[in-house]
Amino acid sequence: MHSNDHHKKAELALKHAIDMGAEQASVRFANGEGFSVTAQNGAIETVEDYKDQNFTVTVFLQKSVGSASSNNLNDLAIKTAVDKAFSLSSLTATDDCNGLADKERMANKAIDLDLYHPWDLDIDTAKQIAIECEAAALESDNRVVNSEGATVGSYVTKSLFVNSHGFAGYSEATGHTISCTAIAQNNGAMEMDYDYTSARHYEDLIGHKIIGNQAGLRASQNLGSRKIKTQKASVIFSPRVSSSLVSHIMNAISGSSLYRKSSFLLNAKDKQICPDFITIKEEPHLKRGFSSSYFDAEGVQTEPRKIIEDGVLKGYLLSSYSARRLGMETTGNAGGHHNLILEPTDDQDMESMIKNMKSGFLITGLIGYGVNMVNGDYSRGANGFWIENGKIAFPVSEVTVAGNLKDMLMQIITVGNDPEKNGSIYSGSILMDNLMIAGE
Amino acid sequence: MTKEQQSVASEALYLKVKSALLDPYNISTEDLNLMMSQMLSKGIDMGDIYFQNIHQESWTLEDGLVKKSSYSSRQGVGFRSIVNEQSGLAYSESFEKGALLQAAKASSSIAKSGKTDTFRVEEPASINPYYSFINPIDSIEDKQKIELLQTIDIAARSKDHRVKEVVASLAGSFQNILIVCQSGRLAVDIRPMVRLSLSVIVEDNERRERGTSGGGGRMDYAFFDENKIKGYASEAVDQALINLEAVAAPAGEMTVVLGSGWPGVLIHEAIGHGLEGDFNRKKTSAFSGLMGEQVASSICTVIDDGTISEARGSLNVDDEGEPTERTVLIENGKLCNYMQDRLNAKLMKSKSTGNGRRESYSMQTIPRMTNTFMLGGQHKHQEIIESVENGIYAKNFGGGQVDITSGKFVFSANEAYLIKKGKIDRPIKGAMLIGDGPSALNQVTMIGDNLALDPGIGNCGKDGQTVPVNVGQPTMRIENLTVGGTA
Repeated sequence: MHSNDHHKKAELALKHAIDMGAEQASVRFANGEGFSVTAQNGAIETVEDYKDQNFTVTVFLQKSVGSASSNNLNDLAIKTAVDKAFSLSSLTATDDCNGLADKERMANKAIDLDLYHPWDLDIDTAKQIAIECEAAALESDNRVVNSEGATVGSYVTKSLFVNSHGFAGYSEATGHTISCTAIAQNNGAMEMDYDYTSARHYEDLIGHKIIGNQAGLRASQNLGSRKIKTQKASVIFSPRVSSSLVSHIMNAISGSSLYRKSSFLLNAKDKQICPDFITIKEEPHLKRGFSSSYFDAEGVQTEPRKIIEDGVLKGYLLSSYSARRLGMETTGNAGGHHNLILEPTDDQDMESMIKNMKSGFLITGLIGYGVNMVNGDYSRGANGFWIENGKIAFPVSEVTVAGNLKDMLMQIITVGNDPEKNGSIYSGSILMDNLMIAGE
Repeated sequence: MTKEQQSVASEALYLKVKSALLDPYNISTEDLNLMMSQMLSKGIDMGDIYFQNIHQESWTLEDGLVKKSSYSSRQGVGFRSIVNEQSGLAYSESFEKGALLQAAKASSSIAKSGKTDTFRVEEPASINPYYSFINPIDSIEDKQKIELLQTIDIAARSKDHRVKEVVASLAGSFQNILIVCQSGRLAVDIRPMVRLSLSVIVEDNERRERGTSGGGGRMDYAFFDENKIKGYASEAVDQALINLEAVAAPAGEMTVVLGSGWPGVLIHEAIGHGLEGDFNRKKTSAFSGLMGEQVASSICTVIDDGTISEARGSLNVDDEGEPTERTVLIENGKLCNYMQDRLNAKLMKSKSTGNGRRESYSMQTIPRMTNTFMLGGQHKHQEIIESVENGIYAKNFGGGQVDITSGKFVFSANEAYLIKKGKIDRPIKGAMLIGDGPSALNQVTMIGDNLALDPGIGNCGKDGQTVPVNVGQPTMRIENLTVGGTA
């Protein structure tokens, strides 16, 4: 831990920028350390050690901005980076919207978010976990014949953000993951599927044998997949793909998409964009959350809020720059959204949605980024299962689902109470009406 | 270049790289011997040390002004140790000798047995470079970079009054690389790269559409001359305007004509990834065990070529110090080679094809594509369009993705048209196309004589690593692809 050391270096860097004539400046130090171990075929395949460091300085000179970064943190390299940022800021055009976030918005309430829990895991134990995880996949079904490996990883990140308002924010966090990708084979055809768990605290991880077993079962369930006829049908986005829909909304309401007019949700604030039973909460202070922080990337205090309430878009994701561009106030989203919770609309989960479905398509995998943010057109490759009379009939692959996100959001019927908690978006299964499926 | 000129140039290259990566830290060849001996003494089968520094800059224009610029420099040394099928990776971002020896030791912790080995580095072999060793960042004044972006902004806006937003960015990077190979040979490279990308938004009656374009490669900014700039502006604006007229794309299986150039994403996704050595060694690829078999119609020949002059995916030596090659992957429909790095080649008892790549010193080396394309055939582009009764013509593409194991791949059209009775009809909205890798190329029925590579803006992601590549193909007619439209 070198937080004091970094703090001194940061102050020197800020002073150097201001001495050169900059009005404002900010500095970020980040370091990360960790390892990952992968097992394949019953043996260790890779062992990787990580140790990264980085320094970024942003300089504002008469409403012009320049930034530079370096992973060499000696005093000379830092000074060189500040000089470079300064010289770039003297070349770029001025923009009245440039500058640090306003001083009165700087976070002054430090909150302990319970993000730092190093895993005291020696490399031999990690290897053992990876090997056992893969073995659980191979034992899950006799058609699981191979794997892309099982990986155990753990990392620690520390970062310090300091700006010329006098703000200093320090954060440290840990992350741990166990993942497995299994391959099942039958009649010469192979199918792959995966499962993973990740958490800030290793106690919150799902057991590695469960992960392996689940990856194996999923891969074998995909065997015998086929196309379906081109048709319109009801679909269920399973929890591991449903968060992508939330993420498309966030993309569309981010400040840069809005001021560049490349969003299908332009001017949608205070308008209904989803059915009135949909609410999305932003929870920056969620304990052990993946996107928890009491200050954003500009030092602005974060606050919990509802982004969508009763189907109405209540606010955008803005940094100080994009807020000024739009004549608004920053929402504390420099650096992106914080933890998001799509509230369940019903006491339902994927199982009960399947049970209640006459016929339709359960999507468990999506590939390709076929989303046009400008107009909302959506078309992605999909695989999953065909549902008939409340039961899984057969696995489906090599089809696409398509529509327009503006319509698709309004076609949501139910949000389940079964979110995965492996990332910063908690979204349960989503049942949607009337989506176009292209197949045979 | 004569042999003699070549060796003089190679010597100069070596001194240049050495002066960037070793001399400032007083790292001598003796120190390299020591680090490598440290790894070898642990009893590893293979290993290498990878010194790298990366300088990059970017300039972004919006609202007609260049308001953003950033510069970054990174450096590090990666140590890789291999025992049987296991590989250990550790790296240091400090070039201090103690830190380097510690990382060397950490990388070889996978090895258990010990033996003493002495190690002697030898100067690099002479190479015939495929690009110049220029630093693009210094190749023109910063003011000229700003002017270049302003020129393209004006060019795009003057094309049509419906152009509402123009975002253009210019990026340049420069890397020095020195690899200590296990044979004792050193390999060095200096890798320049430039890229210009343009995105425009047009608006008409409340309808907004985007068009994009760009280009680049391993050269300096002089590449972006007036004609290139005009070309990018026209391409992005035309694409956006065409999309204003686009109707819903059809849904279902149909005949698809793919244009030349960028649509080579098909080759990259449907075929390329499946032929990378690691997936085939581990038998996880849909193409595993198909060597020598017919995997495409007999008119298809697919090549990976890391030696194309100044191409984005080209390398003088790969990241294991092996010279890059032109590797025929599929010849007249028959699978004849995989793309290999040294580890997978050794385990599969074949040889490296110069496809060992890593995003940086902090990542593993794995088999990757360079410039991957299908060779031209005998038909004229127009003839192929005219042959289609009912189908679509996909002229330009965004990205794609593949599931290596099932072979299912997707790629998304961002400029496409209906074909009716052999004629190009209305433009259609962007749609995903989905197919099955091992069978897709069996359904290729006509190939054009117009092979082209993409303009030099492509990246490929695998195992969390991004590397620059080119894709390419001639116009191609392919039957029964599923088009993911809504109509």
